[in-house]
Amino acid sequence: MESYLYIALFAPLVGSLFATLFSNSPKKLFVGVITSALLIVSLIASITLLMDVYLTETIVHVRMLDWIVIGNVDIPFGFVVDQVSVVMMVVVTIVSAMVHIHSIGYMDHDKSFNRFFAWLSAFVFSMMILVMSDNFAGLFIGWEGVGLCSWGLIGFWYHKEDIKRSKNIEESPYSTLSPYSSKSPSWAANEAFIMNRVADLGMLIGMFLIFWNIGSLQYNEVFSKIGTLDHGLIVAIAAFLFIGAMGKSAQFPFNTWLANAMEGPTPVSALIHAATMVTAGVYLVIRANEIFTVVPEVGYFIASLGAFVALGAASMALVATNMKKIIAFSTLSQLGYMFVAAGLGAYWVALFHLATHAFFKSVLFLGAGNVMHATNDEINIKKMGGLAKHMPQTALIMTIASVALAGIFPLAGFFSKDLILEVAYGSHAYILWTVLWITAGLTAFYSFRLVMYVFHGKENYDHNKVHPHETYPFVIAAMTPLAILAICAGWFEHQFVEMVTKVLPPLDIHVSSLTFYSLIAVTTAIALGGIIFAVVKFKKDGTYYSEQMKDRLCYKILANQYYLPHFWEAAVTKPYAKLSEFSWKELDLKIIDAIVDGIAKGIYGGGEAGTSMQSGNLSKALKWMGIGIFILVILVVAFGNLK
Amino acid sequence: MFEVVAFYLFAFLTIAMFTVTVITKNALYALSSLAAGMIFISAFFFLLGAEFLGAVQIVVYTGAVMALYAFGMMFFDSINDVKESVANPRLTFIMTGIIALLVVAIFVAPIVGANITAQYPVGMAANLYGTIDGNAQDVGVVLFTKYLVPFEVAAVMLLVAMIGGIILAGKKMDISITQLSEQEIDNHKTDTEIAKDIK
Amino acid sequence: MSDMGITLNDYLILSTIIFMIGMYGALRRKNLLMLFFSTEIMLNAVNIGMAAISKFHGDLTGQMFAFFIIAIAASEVAIGLGLLVLWYKRNNNINLDSLQSMKG
Repeated sequence: MESYLYIALFAPLVGSLFATLFSNSPKKLFVGVITSALLIVSLIASITLLMDVYLTETIVHVRMLDWIVIGNVDIPFGFVVDQVSVVMMVVVTIVSAMVHIHSIGYMDHDKSFNRFFAWLSAFVFSMMILVMSDNFAGLFIGWEGVGLCSWGLIGFWYHKEDIKRSKNIEESPYSTLSPYSSKSPSWAANEAFIMNRVADLGMLIGMFLIFWNIGSLQYNEVFSKIGTLDHGLIVAIAAFLFIGAMGKSAQFPFNTWLANAMEGPTPVSALIHAATMVTAGVYLVIRANEIFTVVPEVGYFIASLGAFVALGAASMALVATNMKKIIAFSTLSQLGYMFVAAGLGAYWVALFHLATHAFFKSVLFLGAGNVMHATNDEINIKKMGGLAKHMPQTALIMTIASVALAGIFPLAGFFSKDLILEVAYGSHAYILWTVLWITAGLTAFYSFRLVMYVFHGKENYDHNKVHPHETYPFVIAAMTPLAILAICAGWFEHQFVEMVTKVLPPLDIHVSSLTFYSLIAVTTAIALGGIIFAVVKFKKDGTYYSEQMKDRLCYKILANQYYLPHFWEAAVTKPYAKLSEFSWKELDLKIIDAIVDGIAKGIYGGGEAGTSMQSGNLSKALKWMGIGIFILVILVVAFGNLK
Repeated sequence: MFEVVAFYLFAFLTIAMFTVTVITKNALYALSSLAAGMIFISAFFFLLGAEFLGAVQIVVYTGAVMALYAFGMMFFDSINDVKESVANPRLTFIMTGIIALLVVAIFVAPIVGANITAQYPVGMAANLYGTIDGNAQDVGVVLFTKYLVPFEVAAVMLLVAMIGGIILAGKKMDISITQLSEQEIDNHKTDTEIAKDIK
Repeated sequence: MSDMGITLNDYLILSTIIFMIGMYGALRRKNLLMLFFSTEIMLNAVNIGMAAISKFHGDLTGQMFAFFIIAIAASEVAIGLGLLVLWYKRNNNINLDSLQSMKG
């Protein structure tokens, strides 16, 4: 079983290194094929481990190498495959494998084809380290690794220039109505990386506190001893770890990077910003559940924040016309759902929603990628329309995924999302329940708004330039397993619970069956209502918001993402830029450079003055001799033992 | 008491003379004051009971060395004073002043307290040979027993210096007059005559 | 108010003063001949010191050293003056700065 662990872990790394060799060469098809094949190998190993863990209930724990062994500090490279991590492994590998195959089709005209696969496989490797590590330090390595690969992938087309800011809502890079996702890919990549890094500081502090008080970073040791610490300290640790999770999972106020990350290629969004990296924060909370259960007040804060983000993101998706941003906002919203579940102590529910969400969200993004490929990289949904007859399979898959996202029985989203609502209700967090319920309706509405605009209705694209066609068959074949999982993943809830509650706490909610079924009915009602409203209004008017609506302030606020990016720019980016310039001009040039140059000048000057020693002039030589005697005499008086 | 008076008198005179030597622009003044200073130093030697040394100082230094300098001065255009421009006279002055103080401090400190025993005590001649004890006799005893080798080496050194001086300043050294006959000496042209022929 | 006779310290201070005068002259003078004079002054100062120590500790070693110093000084003067004459014949001046053939 250990060999399966190593295969699952290192196959993506081998693929990445192999692809790196060809990074600067023109497109070579076998690079894509081999990396995808290696990921399928990793997938098979993960599924084998899943079967093994499920059937035999054994946990595979290896200590691969010693890393830091100094004095009391012992941090190894260790890996553990228990029920939680094996679920994550399977989710990650299956989505990654499908995304790799899809990318072979999506990136087939891109000249940096090989480099893409190198980064993509490196990302998967980092994610595997993150989920399989058995201590916080290894987690952090994976954490930073996914941050780095995400940077490389978002900024994949780094040669694109920055777009200027503009007040026009149709053109500003900060608005969801413009064709730009962000100022430029490089800018978006930097924003994502830097925001993550800032949040990682919180996580580091949490890790330092853990190590300082417990003396180890191994999960089993930390969790067994966490109860012995002072309550305030545990609150601090939990809070700091959650700050790290906030950065990675784009919770408010660190959420602006996620929408801007849509500058990267669409398969990247499918893999990273739907299924894997953004769920790393949720994984952290789930893994450290034994810390969070001790401090339920932090958990309640997490849940409230999650609900807030869920509603806020859904509201921003209502008016957006940038297709990928709509899907990104829906990811943000669902992440909020996961944090609500984790915050209220229902960790396995969060994990379950994480898995199902990964399937339908990634396939939604992949479908969006197909649409963009077909319409010549068009991203405004109002400029599409009527594509269903040209791309039937993609339309079908995306519709299935949207239904799953809306949470309609019997698709996967129903089982996980309704469970979260039930948890909220059962924990007597009625405000949270209401917020999530409204968000469910909004989610259904905007998902189908997207589907209607893209696939049905009038054809708004330029017929001379755009000839929509279905993508390659193998790409559809890659998306199909994910679509199937989006349909049926929820049916395995019982087995899932049975497996995962070996390590996670079971659900402690008691609702009567009447309440249970009425909750389901109410939730399904609002979801169906959202869908029906979206479909009917579109068929009637062809548009959702009238022109007067578009001039209203609330529309503008939503379209500008609540002015949060503007706030970040004014409050953080500009002052920091000024500080950097000041440091450069005043401190670096005038002080540090001056000191270094001064030392050099001093030495030169000393040398020039000392040349008189070698002038051959007897008088000067005698003077130097006199100076020497002077110094020697002083030394004798000072240091000689004169009685 | 006389000793004290003599010491201070001669000290003052010596310092004055030597100061004139280093300060004056006129070379002849410098020479004369140097010679005077030497005499006064020999007075010190007499005060210290080193009579032999004092006599040697007068004969060798004041007599021979000063005469040598005086003859040397004849070669040089000493009427013209050499322009002396020192870059930083103040620095020199301060430096020497401080060194002077420090050296005094060095000297004063150890010698006062040390117990030094005499290896060649004054008056040993009397002890050894029972003759009149006097400085010259003591010096003689030590010079020809303990310091015999340095004495001989000094003699060789003086010989070398003499030969060197002759060669440096001598002319017409390629022929040896004592080995030529009368005829050849007459026939031999002097350097100046050869020079005239060339012209 | 005189002290009880002249102590060794007085002679040593005197010797030092004369030595410093000589050193000052050596540093200041640009005329090569004056330089020689300053050297002589320094040597004489040392002689006084030697003789004084010899007297006050009752040892003859100091006087011996003084003798040898005198001998050496004499031979040094002889050679030095010879070289100085040759130099004068070549350069027609005895300025110290004219001795310099390196560029400083």
